[in-house]
Amino acid sequence: MSQPEFDARQLVGVKAERVTNISSTDYPGHYPNEDHAWSLSKFTTNLKVQVKRLSNRSIDFDIVGVDASIANAFRRIMIAEVPTVAIEHVYIFNNTSIIQDEVLAHRLGLVPLNVDPAPIEPRLSAGDATDRNTIVFKVNIKCERKADAPKDATEPEDLYINHEFLSRHLIWEPAGEQGLMFADNPPAPTNLNIVLAKLRPGQEIEMDLHAVKGVGKDHAKFSPVATASYRILPHIKILKSIPPQLAEKFQRCFAPGVIRVNPVSKEVSVDPVGVRNDTVSREVLRHPEFEGYVELSRVRNWFLFNVESEGPYVPERILPEAIMVMKSKIAQIRAGVEALISGPGDGDVVMKNI
Amino acid sequence: MSGASEDMSAATYKIHDESHTIGNALRWMIMKNPKVEFCGYSVPHPSENFIHVRIQMYDHLSSLTALLTALDDLDALCSTIDTAYRSSLQNDIYERWEEKS
Repeated sequence: MSQPEFDARQLVGVKAERVTNISSTDYPGHYPNEDHAWSLSKFTTNLKVQVKRLSNRSIDFDIVGVDASIANAFRRIMIAEVPTVAIEHVYIFNNTSIIQDEVLAHRLGLVPLNVDPAPIEPRLSAGDATDRNTIVFKVNIKCERKADAPKDATEPEDLYINHEFLSRHLIWEPAGEQGLMFADNPPAPTNLNIVLAKLRPGQEIEMDLHAVKGVGKDHAKFSPVATASYRILPHIKILKSIPPQLAEKFQRCFAPGVIRVNPVSKEVSVDPVGVRNDTVSREVLRHPEFEGYVELSRVRNWFLFNVESEGPYVPERILPEAIMVMKSKIAQIRAGVEALISGPGDGDVVMKNI
Repeated sequence: MSGASEDMSAATYKIHDESHTIGNALRWMIMKNPKVEFCGYSVPHPSENFIHVRIQMYDHLSSLTALLTALDDLDALCSTIDTAYRSSLQNDIYERWEEKS
C-alpha cells in the first residue's frame, strides 16, 4: 500500500521558509472550461467521513472533500455554539472559607455538569427562574474537628470532617417537574472530585447555585468541549530514491512511524497510515543532502478532527449537535431572506426569537 | 443596506448575531454559484455582533435568489455530512479505547 496520489491543486505546498498554493481555487470561472459549480451529487460522491478512534472522552474523525470554510464552521460551532448547562448565579449566604466569594463563584461556574441541555430552555434574565430553565444546587458544608482523631495525627483527613469542599458536595434540589424529567440521570458534576475550597475547623459555606443553559461564545464555561481542532493531512512525496547510507537519517527527520526503511535493501518509503502523525516539522528541508529528494505538502480538503468532550455530551454526539446548530442558523437566515423577498421592501427585516 | 442596485443584482446584506462561522461558509457556497460575479463578507468591527455579505450577480439576476439557493445548498451539505458521519459511526470499524478522567 502506498500513499494515494493527489491532484497538485489539492496540495498546499510546505517549503523551507514559506507555504505555497494556500487558497482553494475550486470556484466557477477560475479555470476556463471547467465546471466547479455546486453539485450536491458530486459532493456526496466525493465526501468521506470516517471515525478513526473513539473513547469515552474523545473522538478522532476525518472529513474528506469539504472546503476549509465548512470544516472551520463546524469547529467553531463545536467550541462556541453548542449549548450546555453551567452554574451562572451563585447566592452566598455564608462563606467563612479563605476563598473570596467572587473567586468561589467563578470556580463553581467552571464545574462541568452532566445535564442534557436539550429539554432546558434558555433563561433570559436573572429574575424569572422556572423549573424549565434553571437547575438549583445547594451547598451546606461545615468543617469540624474529629472528636476521635488520634493524638499523633497530622493529616487533615484524620483530623477534620469536611476539610475539603468538593464538587460532590453540590446537592441537586429538584423543582417542579424536574424530579420526573431527570429521574434516570440526576444533575450532578461530571467529575465529583474537583476541589473547590479547602476548609479548616469553624469554616463553613452555605449557598444556592442556579445553573442555566448557555453557549461558549457567551462564556467559555458553557463550551461542551475541552478542545475541538483539526489538522490537514500531511503529504510527503519522495522524488528520487534516497541513498541507502542516508536512509536512517532521512527517517529521523520525520515523526516516528512516518517513514519506513526496508531493513535489507534500505529502501525508503512513506507509511500511508503513519503519515497522519507527521508534524510537518520541515527538518528534512534543513539538510542540504536531501535537497531535491523530497516535497512536503498538506492535502487541502482532508481534515483530521480531534474533539475532546467535557460535559454532558458523549464525544460522538458533539458533531451531530454542531450540525444541528448550523442548520438552525441557516433556517433562521433563510426565514429572514424570505421575509425580505416578500416584505414591504424597506430592506430591513426584524426576526423574532433570536 | 445602502449601495444596493435598483434590481438587487448587487447588494450588501447585514446579518445580525452571526460571525465568521456562517460568514465564510456562506461566502464559499455563494461563490460556488456560476451566476455570481463576486461575493465577500466582513465583520466590520469585532465588538459588534454582525456581518456584512456583499453579493454581485451577472446579467442583472437577483442576489436574493443566489442567497436563498446558497442557504438551501448549505443545508443539504450539512445533512449529507451528518448522514455520512452517522453511517461511519455505525458501520465502520475503528479503535475503541478507555480514557481516564
